[in-house]
Amino acid sequence: MKLALRELLRRPGRFVTATVILTLIAVLLMFLGGLLDGLIRNSTGAVEAQDADALVFSDTSQASFLRSRIEPETRTTIETELGVETGGLGVVLLGARVPGNGPRDLANVAVWGYELAPSGVPAPPGPGEAWADEVLEADGVSVGDRLLVGPARIPVTVVGWVENTSYNGQAGLWTGVDTWRSVLTANRPDAALDTGVFQSLVIRRGDRDLGGVSVPDAVESLFDGEVVALTVREAIEEIPGVTEQRGTFNQILGVTVVIALVVIALFFALLTVERTALYGVLKAIGARSRTIFAGLVVQAVVVTLVASAVAGLAVVVLDLVIPPGSIPLSISATRIITSVVLLLVAAVIGCAFSLRRVLKVDPASALGSSQ
Amino acid sequence: MNASASSSATPALHMVGVRKVYRVGDEEVVALDHADLTVAADEIVALVGPSGSGKTTLCSIAGGILSATAGSVVVGGEEISGYNDRQLTTFRQNQVGFVFQTVNLVPFLTARENLLVVDEMGRREGKPARARADRLLEELGLADRAQNLPGQLSGGQKQRVAIGRSLMNEPGLVLFDEPTSALDTELGAHVMELIRTEMKARGTSAIVVTHDERITEYCDRTVRITDGVLEA
Ligand SMILES: Nc1ncnc2c1ncn2[C@@H]1O[C@H](COP(=O)(O)OP(=O)(O)OP(=O)(O)O)[C@@H](O)[C@H]1O
Ligand SMILES: [Mg+2]
Repeated sequence: MKLALRELLRRPGRFVTATVILTLIAVLLMFLGGLLDGLIRNSTGAVEAQDADALVFSDTSQASFLRSRIEPETRTTIETELGVETGGLGVVLLGARVPGNGPRDLANVAVWGYELAPSGVPAPPGPGEAWADEVLEADGVSVGDRLLVGPARIPVTVVGWVENTSYNGQAGLWTGVDTWRSVLTANRPDAALDTGVFQSLVIRRGDRDLGGVSVPDAVESLFDGEVVALTVREAIEEIPGVTEQRGTFNQILGVTVVIALVVIALFFALLTVERTALYGVLKAIGARSRTIFAGLVVQAVVVTLVASAVAGLAVVVLDLVIPPGSIPLSISATRIITSVVLLLVAAVIGCAFSLRRVLKVDPASALGSSQ
Repeated sequence: MNASASSSATPALHMVGVRKVYRVGDEEVVALDHADLTVAADEIVALVGPSGSGKTTLCSIAGGILSATAGSVVVGGEEISGYNDRQLTTFRQNQVGFVFQTVNLVPFLTARENLLVVDEMGRREGKPARARADRLLEELGLADRAQNLPGQLSGGQKQRVAIGRSLMNEPGLVLFDEPTSALDTELGAHVMELIRTEMKARGTSAIVVTHDERITEYCDRTVRITDGVLEA
């Protein structure tokens, strides 16, 4: 242990190459991970923000807000039978004209009508008003601006900012249900919904005892398959493209981790070969293979931690430097920690490839005239 | 083989009928044959013989680095001939010290740390080991060189560090494989004097392998080896 650390301190040159390569790999891992998180957040933030035990859709909708329709009777049934709190929810995706921008320079918005506030979003604002997602700042929107939403140019005034509430890559505009309904009716007459009809319902159990049954199951049990009730997690996975995006990215991340593993395996295998003579002497004076191998692992872990620290710092700086709205990069502590843990696991497994060589070193190699 | 007259205690080494055969491909090289050797506690034995005669092989077997093909090896009363690798490792940690034919100090450790590495890799005593290292460096005249790396030491100083390292685990038997071959005559004599002083002060036995007849003056007894066969 001390021996291994002393070598790191006194012969840092030997470890520079591996550290640099690992740093680059760690940057790649964290950057790609952040990109995945950013992309996912851009398409799911609004759903993830929902403070709900279940989201209810109509059965043919495949959990798509735009295809779903919940009648007032359904809502009444749920409320009376289960005694839970419900809130209407609906969305429409449109382009919005921003004051001071050209007529073709539309901001992509998702206009939400809501009754129960998602986390991070205040209670519904007054008629014709909206809480806007801060990514709209990149489109030149400021608080107090009057946006003209959709081809029908329905005016909506921004009264404040919210965060991480994009949907389908479009910035959230959070309005009361009447405002949303009028935006929807004016711009998408084909999809207009009567008063009392929503696309989805937010269900909150509160402190109601449902007898150990999950909220989605309790809701679905009231109907004969006409509704689908999902947890927020499940609803996110149903958003088109989310699973595919995540799958693709996770494959790329997996390959990156394997590359890190190979780099560490090769590097430490090489070091072990170089150190055969040293290990022979150590074994001759009574060192166990275990002790020697532990030293190798300590070095791999330190190299990985140094690389991770530099990489973590680099992506955090990158995140600060990249203007919001340009690249959907979302650097979180969770993502960085996950990346470091993956790299550490790769480091230890990578070292394991040298274990056999360490075990094979013969203490007799310390003897005789050959070095 | 006669036991040394001075000691009736358990001999430091007692080898009977030891044979060592190396297999190189299909060929067999008999490096040691019918070797009987007893080294009394406190005794310093010179092992002299031409190159390739089996000196290093004998030391390795006595020190538990190699296993004998046949025969019995008892070190400090402990029969090691049937030991597995794990048992031999423990044995080396506690019972023997080595000074190798080539000075094998760890290049990135200071003289003091090269002594302490024995403790770190072995018994992990900590404080007493540090005290022992300082005392050994003092005795070997290396107190002012304790913080130097091997690259900053002369050949004789390096050899003295190696001697210190071999004594760190307080062994009953130290095996010196040509400890003076890399040194000039005067320095070699000085190192041998030092070895004798250190051994006698501790009551530790030693086998000193050498080509050089002058070295044998510093030993209690000389054993000759030719083509793997010992003669008194
Ligand atoms: N690992 C080995 N494999 C095969 N043969 C070996 C091996 N080690 C030693 N030998 C052979 O065994 C014989 C004795 O070797 P050993 O190293 O004990 O001699 P030595 O007396 O120490 O010689 P030197 O004075 O040159 O160090 C030699 O013939 C040598 O070639
Ligand atoms: Mg030899």
